[in-house]
Amino acid sequence: MRLNSASRRSLLLAGTMAGLLIAGPLSAQQPPASAPPAAAPPAAAAPAPLPPGSPLIGRPDSEAAAKLAPVAPPPIPAAADKLPTAQLKVPKGFNIEVYASGMMNARTMRVGDKGTVFVGSRLGDKVYAIVNKDGKREVKTLATGLYRPNGLAYHNGTLYIAELPKISKIENVEDKLDNPGKPVAIYDDLPKDEAHGWRTIGVGPDNKLYIEVGQPGNNVLHDAAHGQIRRMNLDGTGAEVYVRGVRHSVGFDWNPQNKQMYFTDNGRDWLSEDLPNDELNRVTKMGEHFGAPYCWQGNFVDPEFGWGHSCSEFTAPVALMGPHAAALGIRFYTGSMFPKEYKNGAFIARHGSWNRSNKFGGDVVFVKFNADGTVKSVEPFITGFLVNNKYIGRPVDVQPLKDGSLLVSDDWNGAIYRITHGKPAKMAATH
Amino acid sequence: MRRAPVLALLLTLSATPLLAQSFEARVAPCLACHGEKGTSETPDIPSLGGQQAPYTLIQLYLFREKQRVLDVMNEMTKGFSDDDLRKFSDFIATLPKPQPPADAGDPARMQRAQALVQQNHCGFCHNPDFSGKENVPRIANQREDYLLKTMREYKSNTRHGYDSSMADVVAPLTDAQMVELAYYIAHVR
Repeated sequence: MRLNSASRRSLLLAGTMAGLLIAGPLSAQQPPASAPPAAAPPAAAAPAPLPPGSPLIGRPDSEAAAKLAPVAPPPIPAAADKLPTAQLKVPKGFNIEVYASGMMNARTMRVGDKGTVFVGSRLGDKVYAIVNKDGKREVKTLATGLYRPNGLAYHNGTLYIAELPKISKIENVEDKLDNPGKPVAIYDDLPKDEAHGWRTIGVGPDNKLYIEVGQPGNNVLHDAAHGQIRRMNLDGTGAEVYVRGVRHSVGFDWNPQNKQMYFTDNGRDWLSEDLPNDELNRVTKMGEHFGAPYCWQGNFVDPEFGWGHSCSEFTAPVALMGPHAAALGIRFYTGSMFPKEYKNGAFIARHGSWNRSNKFGGDVVFVKFNADGTVKSVEPFITGFLVNNKYIGRPVDVQPLKDGSLLVSDDWNGAIYRITHGKPAKMAATH
Repeated sequence: MRRAPVLALLLTLSATPLLAQSFEARVAPCLACHGEKGTSETPDIPSLGGQQAPYTLIQLYLFREKQRVLDVMNEMTKGFSDDDLRKFSDFIATLPKPQPPADAGDPARMQRAQALVQQNHCGFCHNPDFSGKENVPRIANQREDYLLKTMREYKSNTRHGYDSSMADVVAPLTDAQMVELAYYIAHVR
């Protein structure tokens, strides 16, 4: 598991990969992507089976590659007593318990000033609100009938919801959880592509609302409206492109020490089982270009689109997050419940791969930073979501609570776990 | 269109509380439209025979939640419990897989379309024999009109899909190519 910066060996591997004939870009981290536009096809016979020693075994036309397809979670959330909590492992001294369950495809989480936990979804049409009152916890459906409401942000009493085609808001949301009314649209100048179309939003230290607009396919050239992170005023006006060269980021947060945005990015599929890694990127200035689709993981150019380019034109990642790992939600930790080595580091949820024969990821990692904002280390924090090459859960987002505990969402089971440190409420499996 | 007899059947059945009915009675309206033996004889209504249960579960869920909008199916799944979703999708998987049409398809046309299938890697997710697996549907010998209708709906985004897999696949396809793919998959033996 290579979590440190790219090594010489990576470069050599990359060079070899570039020399291989790629059958055609196929699929993205979640959805299979568009193949290159096909001209009227000539008559072709069915492919003959490859002889056992063939060097072509391993090309995307191979039997093993043919077995890979995006993994879809069950639509019905798991019953509370069927959750895999007992199989999830946390470091010594930490505990894990179920926070809430029964929320179909629970993904992005945000916390209101009064402690309400808002939960979005990619495959469902609902936003949930989890309320704690008089020692009881209740899951409410805040809004329904939404179109992939994956993006959520909370700022000064207002909840922002980003569906595929638009951003809406509910002001003073915590005062009207039982009667929020219809969210009010504030921005809809978004492409309508399904591919990488589920949104991620967040409010930065500059009080601007940031939104990711992914690349419209696994490996495609695209127009100036895609493959970027934009930012705008909180009322939806003044939208501008912040950074480009983003393939599909499903998580960003701001480093409390240097105030810079760090975002995860999902690398392309159907290049290799092992390459490219997903990325953790840092924005040092507006207008930076992070490479997609010309350069991957900061150190090799794409075999199709990289001709005439060099990775030196782009900003390299600050950390590699594993091949096809689907690094998604990220939050910096500033709480006091966890030991002080966790202060100002960041948790990242890795949803887990589908474009690899041996699945990779399905865990939550902790990232430590150097004083200059570069990455010092990436270490496992929660493991156990992957058992015998099958998912028993898939983490999507991480969200610290005011008390310093950490919530982790699992869209496979439609549940949220809570990690605490210190006197355990419940016994849990430990490293 | 053969909807009239179905509507009559629906009206009759709606007079009986659903919970009081046997599973056989509840499934009867499904078979009336989709075919008794897994193959649909009705234009634009898909064959369900041998369909992958996890896929059917997802579609019935989407219909129940009205995330997939189609009046008749939204009506049919209204009030379904989670157990109903499982029961019905498990049952549908037991119906015999659809039969290929009587004609084997024009050989030259089939050969040209096969190249399209390879380029677009349909067999990767749907299996080389298009029988599907888990959340990926069986499409082998599905009705040609339904295959074409479905691809067009993904292309125009009038059908959103559970995830965005199919939207991505059809993005580069022309309508003429979708016509050929539907022909091939419907006739494949």
